Amino acid sequence: MQYKSQAVAKPYFIAAIGLFIGQIVFGLIMGLQYVIGDFLFPTIPFNVARMVHTNLLIVWLLFGFMGAAYYMVPEESETELWSPKLALGLFWIFLVAGALTILGYLFVPYATLAQMTGNDLLATMGREFLEQPLPTKLGIVVVALAFLFNISMTMLKGRKTAISMVLLLGLWGLAIFFLFSFVNPHNLVRDKFYWWWVVHLWVEGVWELILGALLAFVLIKVTGVDREVIEKWLYVIITLTLVTGIIGTGHHYYWIGAPEYWQWWGSIFSALEPIPFFAMTVFAFNMVNRRRREHPNKAAVLWALGTGVMAFLGAGVWGFLHTLAPVNFYTHGTQITAAHGHMAFYGAYVMVVLCLISYAMPILRGRAANSNKAQVLEMWSFWLMTIAMVFITLFLTAAGILQIWLQRVSDTPMSFMAAQDQVSLFYWLREGAGTMFFIGLVIYVLSFFVKGETKAASA
Amino acid sequence: MSGMFTKAMARNIFYGGTVFFFLLFLALTFDTEKTLPKRDNRENLSAEVIAGKKIWETRNCIGCHTLLGEGAYFAPELGNVYTRRGPEFIKAWIQSQPTGAPGRRQMPQFHLTDEELDHLVAFLKYSSEINTANWPPNIEG
Repeated sequence: MQYKSQAVAKPYFIAAIGLFIGQIVFGLIMGLQYVIGDFLFPTIPFNVARMVHTNLLIVWLLFGFMGAAYYMVPEESETELWSPKLALGLFWIFLVAGALTILGYLFVPYATLAQMTGNDLLATMGREFLEQPLPTKLGIVVVALAFLFNISMTMLKGRKTAISMVLLLGLWGLAIFFLFSFVNPHNLVRDKFYWWWVVHLWVEGVWELILGALLAFVLIKVTGVDREVIEKWLYVIITLTLVTGIIGTGHHYYWIGAPEYWQWWGSIFSALEPIPFFAMTVFAFNMVNRRRREHPNKAAVLWALGTGVMAFLGAGVWGFLHTLAPVNFYTHGTQITAAHGHMAFYGAYVMVVLCLISYAMPILRGRAANSNKAQVLEMWSFWLMTIAMVFITLFLTAAGILQIWLQRVSDTPMSFMAAQDQVSLFYWLREGAGTMFFIGLVIYVLSFFVKGETKAASA
Repeated sequence: MSGMFTKAMARNIFYGGTVFFFLLFLALTFDTEKTLPKRDNRENLSAEVIAGKKIWETRNCIGCHTLLGEGAYFAPELGNVYTRRGPEFIKAWIQSQPTGAPGRRQMPQFHLTDEELDHLVAFLKYSSEINTANWPPNIEG
């Protein structure tokens, strides 16, 4: 690596992968509970498993983003990190806080946990994805601000590139919109309305800036295409993202009590949300086709291309599938949403973090790229996980369509649980695909331990 | 994308477009806040409803159920459960959990007091009276 302080990224990446494994284990538990309802009950009720599954995802992606920033920003700014010690200190704080939160979910009844952690002072818990106790939420804010301070100071003393500016903007947006997790009005409609300012403006807003910056960074490195070209693309993509995505928030406001004009604003703008993802796919393939060098890290190039394609399919196509208000009237709150959520998170955020790890980790370990043997194994894991995710999405979509038909469209609508029984075959198939995903993940982890001939790192 | 269209132009369009659409979003939010009193059933936000919302949150109900279509998809929609089942059924149901039926999805026992059950039902009644543009499509949720 070019700068010594980039090394602090390594523990972040290792923690990210470790928590990723935990996320998938709990995903498999939940998948089984869908068909064997009393599996692990009452030790791990479904709601607890789900909190662990989704919160681990968020936390490990944040570890990934922070590690990526610590790796990228010194290289982009052409200077050492402002304070590697602060970065390492924050790593341990975040890891311990995250672990304590998960253990709290697993071993303390949620109502007791709320009481113990000051939820009576400021009630923020018990809302989807924002289940964290108050001290954890405050901890996230403190860690995020200290992290942003470190990254901002590094950039201020060095070169300011478009990639690092976009990354920083995305990370600041992430921290700022998280502040809405402290907003919890008694009025349910207003609660839901501002809840989306965290959830939607994260994943369909500022996180996409982070995604774009990571992808652009890796593409510059592995293709050698001119920075001017890549950064121009980056600006165009994120313009399309925010122009469609901000008003696109409206697609969550159709049925929660907000005014009905949101059906128009939401439908029109979110129907355009696939465009930036399509642009990203074209961008990734275009840059790789115009490459000026053959980078020895083939696996990283594969992840970069995969991110483009899968983000477009998961976030773009599967998002469009149920975003128009007349369609969403029937699909809202069904397995269709789950199908979209899985592929979008995997295709956009999981893959881009794995892409950056794939590129950076060998360099952090003192070589330009892993041995051929290790890369082949990593590419196997790419295909296993990606194909498994395609199947998870297809099975959940099938379950969703059937569920909607039986429960919402039929002249003699079935009750929720009766409809669930009818679609259980697809839940079994999904669990099978989930197992395939887990095997892919195990192979991914193994690929880090495969030795073989490698070239020393030059750049 | 070369020649006339420079990186500086792309950057300016990005900042201009983002600021414009964010301001538009704020304007729509402002208008939404003005319209909400007619739709969100706030006149019925009693102390009982507020206490009920807190019980809803601290038992992590959203971890299995949906409420107005948002949440987890493991258990039935509860935004309209008050109209679907009525207050007495809801209370009896919560008190009788878990069913223990082998292989069936199980809901935990929360040991709620009679007062807490009343609050929770008040919250579910309030939720069912929000104007949701006629969602869900039918009573099954």
